[in-house]
Amino acid sequence: MQVTIRSLLTACLVFSVLLIAGTDASAAAKKVQKKKTAEVCVVDPRGEILALSCASCHGTDGKSVGIIPSFYGKSPEYLEAALKDFKSGTRYSTVMIRHAKGYTDEEIRLIAEYFGTVWQNNK
Amino acid sequence: MNHNISRRDFNKLLVSGVAGSALGIFGMAKPAFAAQTRIVVIGGGFGGASAAKYLRKLDPSLSVTLIEPKATFYTCPFSNWVLGGMKTMEDIGQTYALLRSKYGVNVIADTATGIDSVKSTVTLKSGKVINYDRLVVSPGIDFKYGAIEGYSESVANSSMPHAYEAGPQTILLQKQLLAMKDGGRVLICPPGNPFRCPPGPYERASLIAHYLKEKKPKSRILILDAKDKFSKQGLFKKGWDKLYPGMIEWRSSATGGKITKVDAASKSVTTDFGVEKGDVINFIPPQQAGKIAFDAGLTDASGWCPVNPITFESTIHPGIHVIGDAVIAGAMPKSGFAASSQGKVVAASIIRLCQGKVPAPPSLVNTCYSLIGPGYGVSVAGVYKLTSAGIVEIPGSGGLTPMDADDDHLNEEAMFARGWYNNIVQDIWG
Repeated sequence: MQVTIRSLLTACLVFSVLLIAGTDASAAAKKVQKKKTAEVCVVDPRGEILALSCASCHGTDGKSVGIIPSFYGKSPEYLEAALKDFKSGTRYSTVMIRHAKGYTDEEIRLIAEYFGTVWQNNK
Repeated sequence: MNHNISRRDFNKLLVSGVAGSALGIFGMAKPAFAAQTRIVVIGGGFGGASAAKYLRKLDPSLSVTLIEPKATFYTCPFSNWVLGGMKTMEDIGQTYALLRSKYGVNVIADTATGIDSVKSTVTLKSGKVINYDRLVVSPGIDFKYGAIEGYSESVANSSMPHAYEAGPQTILLQKQLLAMKDGGRVLICPPGNPFRCPPGPYERASLIAHYLKEKKPKSRILILDAKDKFSKQGLFKKGWDKLYPGMIEWRSSATGGKITKVDAASKSVTTDFGVEKGDVINFIPPQQAGKIAFDAGLTDASGWCPVNPITFESTIHPGIHVIGDAVIAGAMPKSGFAASSQGKVVAASIIRLCQGKVPAPPSLVNTCYSLIGPGYGVSVAGVYKLTSAGIVEIPGSGGLTPMDADDDHLNEEAMFARGWYNNIVQDIWG
């Protein structure tokens, strides 16, 4: 099937997780992520779509060129904790609290997972 | 502007998402064995350039062609800073060199003049015809020049610049401000909703006031508004009182702000309450989706483009995705940030569709910084999700800079506004 052939040509294989709005497929996503190897990077499509907007302020892949903090190279654990602290207000921010409150803890985990691994795939 | 859909329609949407993926497979069936999947993007602004870059970044196997006539794209964001004398046009000019060299986007400097949704082709001004497997249209806005008596495109180009597409009219407006005598009067006339960049006219008033306060302090600004309220109203008014006391007057539609006629020769506008003269008149006309969207039949009776909110695929022409200011996107404002967010969602969705997979539900964001003075910034943020009521803001999230924010906070937001600009243009064009 042509879809498979094209996928093989792709530098980064995107694993399919059947997601329909409102369906929580995080269990399936976790399962897929465990199969991650050095040759194949796994991107959760839900995490990707949640995370991409962050780059508008923080730079592509979190590589900031200006005053806004860069988070390229940070671990998923660091990012998850930071986002949760912004959400709760424990960590001071001007605008991050307003953004972080728009995501569930599970969504924050997915965003942290995306940016916490995307730089490893660039190596 | 809210595009309400019933629960039943919402379920249909989800099904059509699946159907869309089937279309993706069938649509790809012929070319996929022989060649790359061809995605064509019309318009190299915030939406289109984001889509083109992220399509190639997320799936380098795709062939991505971007059609944009301008070699340099001047951003509307920060064009008010040019009017305030804090930035130059050069500072806000973006080019396509890195999209070509770093991301392998095939950038064609030409204008799309026609779309054939049956043959899946785009015709260019040069006569060239380009085939696509999927098309992204990010046409921006067009101005309704005929909406007000006395107003026309030539009036806008020669004497009453709207400056709502950054470029020659931004320069004209700036020249008029520079030439104005101290004690002159500037009229700013924002349109009714919906329009591009809801806080734009009010940031403009602020930064023109900043310039006037320094150079021509006896001058005044009168905002004649077609609306009865405006974006970040409380924050702007508080900032004006603090930084420019007595300089800026705002009149709502109900209190004489609504303009029925303009007259370029006498430099005046007519409202329900009488005639107002201005040494500089920045009349911002009502707007609609960009021309190509009309020509291609992608608009509805509202003058904007209805889309499936999961994939931003047109509900009128399958296989054509529409993003940016031209689109009906529920609670999302018409902003560069929103267009970029939609460009990324569309890129991820198209990749899934081309792989025969169901797109992930969209997550959309907006952040708009406005500068009231060089060290006085305010913002509005929004995080959006799809529900049966369409694209809605997530309750408890987003919102404005707090009204009681202290000077440090406002200064920090002004610095972040600059940081935001540097990063978003790098994220889109760099």
